Amino acid sequence: MLSIQHLTGGYAGETILKDISFDVHTGELFGILGPNGSGKTTLLKMLSGVIPFSDGTVMIKNKSLKSYTAKELAKTIAVLPQHSSQAFSYTVKETVSLGRYAHQQGWFQSWSSHDETVVQHAMEQTGVAEFENQNIQQLSGGERQRVLLAQALAQEPEILLLDEPTNHLDLSYQKELLDSLRSWTKERDLTVISIFHDLNLAGLYCDRLLLLESGRINLNDSPNKVLCEGRIKEVYRTNIQKQPHPSVPAPQLVLLPEIEPIQDKHVLINDSMLQIEEDYLALRSPIPLRTMSSGLVGSGIGWHQVFVNRHINKKVKYHHNQNDMVLFMKEKGFEPDETVGMMTSVLIKNASIQFIKEPGFSVLIVVTAGIENATDVSRGSEHTFQLSAGTINIWVFVNAHLTEGAFIQSMMTVTEAKTKAMYDLEVTDKKTGTIATGTPTDSILIAATQNGQKLNCAGTTTPLGNLVGKGVYECTVQAIKNNQSS
Amino acid sequence: MQKRFTQTFLTNKTTAYILAAIFLIMAMLMGISIGTVSVPIFDIFRIIGANIFHLQLDESINPMHSNIVMNIRLPRVILAGLVGASLAIAGASFQGLLRNPLADPYTLGVSSGASVGAVITLFFGVSLPFAGLFTLPLLSIIFAFLTIIIVLIFARRIDRGMKVETIILTGIIFSSFLGALISLMIALTGDEIRQIIGWLLGSVSMRGWEYIQIILPFFLVGSLLLLINGRELNAMSFGEEKAQHIGVNVQRRKMLVLIAGSILSGAAVAVSGTIGFVGLVIPHLTRLLWGPDHRHLLPLSLLTGSGFLVLADLLARTIITPTELPIGVITSIIGAPVFAIILMNRRTESRG
Repeated sequence: MLSIQHLTGGYAGETILKDISFDVHTGELFGILGPNGSGKTTLLKMLSGVIPFSDGTVMIKNKSLKSYTAKELAKTIAVLPQHSSQAFSYTVKETVSLGRYAHQQGWFQSWSSHDETVVQHAMEQTGVAEFENQNIQQLSGGERQRVLLAQALAQEPEILLLDEPTNHLDLSYQKELLDSLRSWTKERDLTVISIFHDLNLAGLYCDRLLLLESGRINLNDSPNKVLCEGRIKEVYRTNIQKQPHPSVPAPQLVLLPEIEPIQDKHVLINDSMLQIEEDYLALRSPIPLRTMSSGLVGSGIGWHQVFVNRHINKKVKYHHNQNDMVLFMKEKGFEPDETVGMMTSVLIKNASIQFIKEPGFSVLIVVTAGIENATDVSRGSEHTFQLSAGTINIWVFVNAHLTEGAFIQSMMTVTEAKTKAMYDLEVTDKKTGTIATGTPTDSILIAATQNGQKLNCAGTTTPLGNLVGKGVYECTVQAIKNNQSS
Repeated sequence: MQKRFTQTFLTNKTTAYILAAIFLIMAMLMGISIGTVSVPIFDIFRIIGANIFHLQLDESINPMHSNIVMNIRLPRVILAGLVGASLAIAGASFQGLLRNPLADPYTLGVSSGASVGAVITLFFGVSLPFAGLFTLPLLSIIFAFLTIIIVLIFARRIDRGMKVETIILTGIIFSSFLGALISLMIALTGDEIRQIIGWLLGSVSMRGWEYIQIILPFFLVGSLLLLINGRELNAMSFGEEKAQHIGVNVQRRKMLVLIAGSILSGAAVAVSGTIGFVGLVIPHLTRLLWGPDHRHLLPLSLLTGSGFLVLADLLARTIITPTELPIGVITSIIGAPVFAIILMNRRTESRG
């Protein structure tokens, strides 16, 4: 559809783009990225024929851009510029109708019913039909942007060029616009070339990305390859971190602020912070902790400040109810969004607590263990699933900086330590009579201050793994014994 | 629903043209009828009819009336009408092209440029070979065109974005400079100052049919050029880049509009001196009443501007009889406050 070879040029006396070559295929959603001043807008203006280029070729549908007349070009390419000015108060419909200019022939260009249909359709697609008789100067920035998009669509183009189309739009319209662009590329083979400032939007929607760096192509590839942490850090000269999108396989980059949130670097989570009550065990951290957990509330990966293990009387009919837990937290003054919450039938006083120090880091371990429902993991299918309160809840607070890998290894180490404790105490699965490995409702919390020493792994032979493994083993044994003896 | 909308739309525009035409005809009839000697309106029709069809004039009509209508008032009204039409349509198109509701041949300095051309012709007795009678308008047009080009280049140098205020400020700077230049030339020739100042302030009196012959061809060419560029002006009022995206050959159309605007304002200045603000007030009013679509704005401004200047001229010659005011005094008294109001509205808009 579009083929650019060795494109070079810029404004009078200043070469901005140097030797740019790339192809865009029909029906592609092609994103152009680059820091300010890298030549994105200049490139777009050259493709739309507004500024001339000094060297190279631009072929549109196998025909040189320079051999197009203004009208021919307008029937092939429509442009939605970043800035637009409206000096006079045209109505929305008059504005959109101007898009038909190139399609009308002769001196007495008559307005055909086809023109009318196209204009109406364009206004409906962009959601501006409802105010077709309003004055564009009275519309909001986002509405005006949509009117101009309708105008561009009224040109019935095969290629749509956009310069930061989401600039003036609020969140819902950003999504709507990009969803529309994507569906038009797929359904109608519209080719879309768009400049993006927002790398994450580009990563989510584009088929291919072109990364410009000071007028040259840095990379032209799939979003996942272009949005690579090291590359973006280097080109944009800033600190970012890449992470996966939570629900779509697309890369997302997050900024890392230079000035970290003001928080005490010397916070040490230890047993003195534990609050032990009749019906719950809580720990309130002075700073948010990075957590990975399987609690009833606040599970998954996140940042949490409050940790609650609630005692439920096992004689009371046990409801595994999240809302009930949230109500309980609110009643006790814990903010549910900041809290990781678990439940146990074990008496809180039977919890086993250890604070262990190593040079460079320290760990607080808290375990409550009820083993009425102990189960052999290899024979789980012989149990009917039934939620009850006999459960082992393990909390591990690490005063150090853990990587995501270290979090997952900690989880594994904790699980292995728990299983070893059950094995040594010969806890059996009542149904099968074999040694149990845990209970069906066990929960684990790993929380780290993310201050101090950086720990990359927590395998069983690493310093952290050692500490966690031994600590969890001892605490679990102790907690089971406490519970059995009471 | 759609159909009804189109119909009301059409009727709206038709009403606009009918009203503008009635306004023009009424203004012309009043212009011919009213004066120290009052000519009954019915007689006017008969006198003009008789002259067009070369009929014997009715005995009941005073031959002096016939003389006044045919040799004094009719040419004066037609000239005022042509000048008003030229200035209004030129102003409307300058405004569209420059996306600037304050643009007008006067505020852009084009009128002053044309005056320089006219003064050179009139006071130095320049005569272009082959041009003869048309030396005056041709020189005015050339100077008008040169002025607008220099003003635009200068404004672009100051501010690449060519903000409305920058263009107007540049126009006013050039206007003052050219005005001073004219005064200097006049002082050097040593002619009678009062007469010249009268000319500078603009007047359509005592010009006769000869001046209509001078302006008419330029008026026809200039207006036609602008009228066929209505849609392009619509596109360009969204910015030159946007116009190009829509498919307008911007460089060519822009030149055409600038040349046509210069032809109209140059020719108008050549026959009547500098009459200010007509090109500002009339398009603004027309836009307020009937919307900014240049396909209608241009012809409606033409009709309204023409009627407006006929009435202004009527006022100028009757308000302090027997003395005549220069017509430019009347238009400026009306125009300058309108200019101020538009400027103030712009301020509130950009703030809100």
